[in-house]
Amino acid sequence: MTPGSGGAVGPDPWVQRHWDWRAAGNFIGGGAGSGLILFAALGDTQGAPLVAALLGGLALVGAGLLCVWLEIGRPWRALNVFVNLRTSWMSREAAVAALLVPVTLAAAAGIPLARALAVVLAGAFLFAQSRILRAARGIPAWRAPLAAPLVVVTGLVEGGGLWLAIGALSGAPTPPLAWVWAALLIARFLLWPAYVRPLPERARRALEPAGRTLRWLGTALPFALIALDAMRPGPATAWLALAGVAAALAGSRVKHALVTRASFNQGFALARLPVRGARP
Amino acid sequence: MTRWTMVADLRRCVGCQTCTAACKHANATPPGVQWRRVLDMEFGEYPNVQRAFVPVGCQHCEDPPCMEVCPSTATRKRADGIVTIDYDVCIGCAYCAVACPYQARYKTDRASFAYGAATENEAKRHDDARLAVATKCTFCVDRIDAGLAQGLTPGVDPAATPACVNACIAQALAFGDADDPQSNVSQLLAQNRSFRMHEELGTGPNFHYLWDGGEP
Repeated sequence: MTPGSGGAVGPDPWVQRHWDWRAAGNFIGGGAGSGLILFAALGDTQGAPLVAALLGGLALVGAGLLCVWLEIGRPWRALNVFVNLRTSWMSREAAVAALLVPVTLAAAAGIPLARALAVVLAGAFLFAQSRILRAARGIPAWRAPLAAPLVVVTGLVEGGGLWLAIGALSGAPTPPLAWVWAALLIARFLLWPAYVRPLPERARRALEPAGRTLRWLGTALPFALIALDAMRPGPATAWLALAGVAAALAGSRVKHALVTRASFNQGFALARLPVRGARP
Repeated sequence: MTRWTMVADLRRCVGCQTCTAACKHANATPPGVQWRRVLDMEFGEYPNVQRAFVPVGCQHCEDPPCMEVCPSTATRKRADGIVTIDYDVCIGCAYCAVACPYQARYKTDRASFAYGAATENEAKRHDDARLAVATKCTFCVDRIDAGLAQGLTPGVDPAATPACVNACIAQALAFGDADDPQSNVSQLLAQNRSFRMHEELGTGPNFHYLWDGGEP
C-alpha cells in the first residue's frame, strides 16, 4: 500500500479473547431454548410432550444465562445487567428472560394466554440475542448485516429440531409445523453462504469447518432422515427425532465458531501514511 | 462547550514508547495492559517500505459503541466528551470490549505486577475496584478535573494534561479542547491534514492523526 492511496492499511486483526465458550454457550442454549419454547407453544403439542418441551426450553435458556454468569467478572453484581434497557440489547435480553420464565411455567401449567405470550417472549428473546451480536461494532463477523437473521433462523432450527425430536420420541404424529421447520432448514442453508460471502477473508476461513457441518450434518442428513421418516406412515419415527437433533447440533457448532473462531476484531488501520521529509 | 481531543502527529512520533511508560506509571496498569500503546507498523515491500508509529488507545468517541452496549450503564460519556467507566457498577461482561473497534478495553481478573511483588508506585496506585471489570484510557480525567479546579488549562499546563502528552519527547501528542478554535489542537487540525481511525464505522473518534501539512 502506498502513502495517500486512500485505502486503509494496518496490522492484522486477531480473534478477540473476551468472549469464549461461555458466551457461545449463551447463544447456543438461549437460541435452542427459545426456539424450542416458541415451537412448543405455537404447535399443537399437548400433555407431557408439551410440558417437556417448554421446561426443556427453559432449562436451555437458563443454562445459557448460567454460562454468561460464569463469564462475567463481577457475578454478584449481575442484577446491574437490567439497568440499560434504553440502548443495550444485553439488558433487553435479560429483561425478556426474566419474563419468559414465569410465562413459560404458566404455559406448562396449561394457561392458554400464557402459551400465546410465551410465543411472543421466546421470539423477543431470540431477536434480542441476534441484536447483541449485531451491536458489537468491533467484530466484523458479528456486525455483518446477515449475522442477526442467521442467529434467529439458526435458533429456530435448533429449537424446532429439538421439539420434533421430543414429539417423535413420544410417539405423536408428525405435526404440520414440521413443514415450517423444514422450510427454516432450507432458509438457514441458503442464508449461510449469503452471510459468509462478504465477510473478511480471515473470518470466512475460520467459518469453513462450521459451514461444512451445517451443509452435511445440519442440512443433508436431516433431509435424508426426513425422507426415511416420510416413507413410513403413522407416528413420527426415531428418524425424525434424529433429524431434529442433527440440525440442532449443527446450529450449535455454527454459533460456537461464530463467537470463538470467526470473531476477528477490527485491527488497526491507517487511512493515510505520514508524509515526512521533502516533497518530490 | 468543551470537547477534549487528542492529536497524534504521525510525522513526529518516533515510537519511543515514553507515552506508554508514562501512562503505566501514572495509572499503574498491570502487565499486558496498555491504555496508551504505540504500534510499530510497516507498509510496502522492499525497497519501497514505510514505517509508521501509531499511538492508539480509547478514542473517546462521539458515539461510543461501548456505551451503547453496556448493560449496566457503567460506561458513560461526560459533557466534555470523555468516556468513563464506573468500576463500582461494571459487571465485567466485556461486551464493551468486543464492541470497541479500537481494541482499547481490557479486563484483568487478578492483580499482577511487573516484577512479581508490587513496586512502591504500583502498591500506591493499585485499586482492587479495577479487577474483573473493564478498564481503558481515561484521558487522565482526574488530572484534567484537578487542573481545571485550580484554573489550569488542560493541554497547556502539564499538571492538567494527560501523562502521555506530558511525556512525549517529540511533541507528537497534543491534547486540548477541539471546540475552542484558539486551542492548540484546533490550530494543529486547522494547519495540517488529518484523519481519524475507522471513521467509516461512524463512531466519531475524538482522536485525530496528523499525516501531512496543510495544502501549500
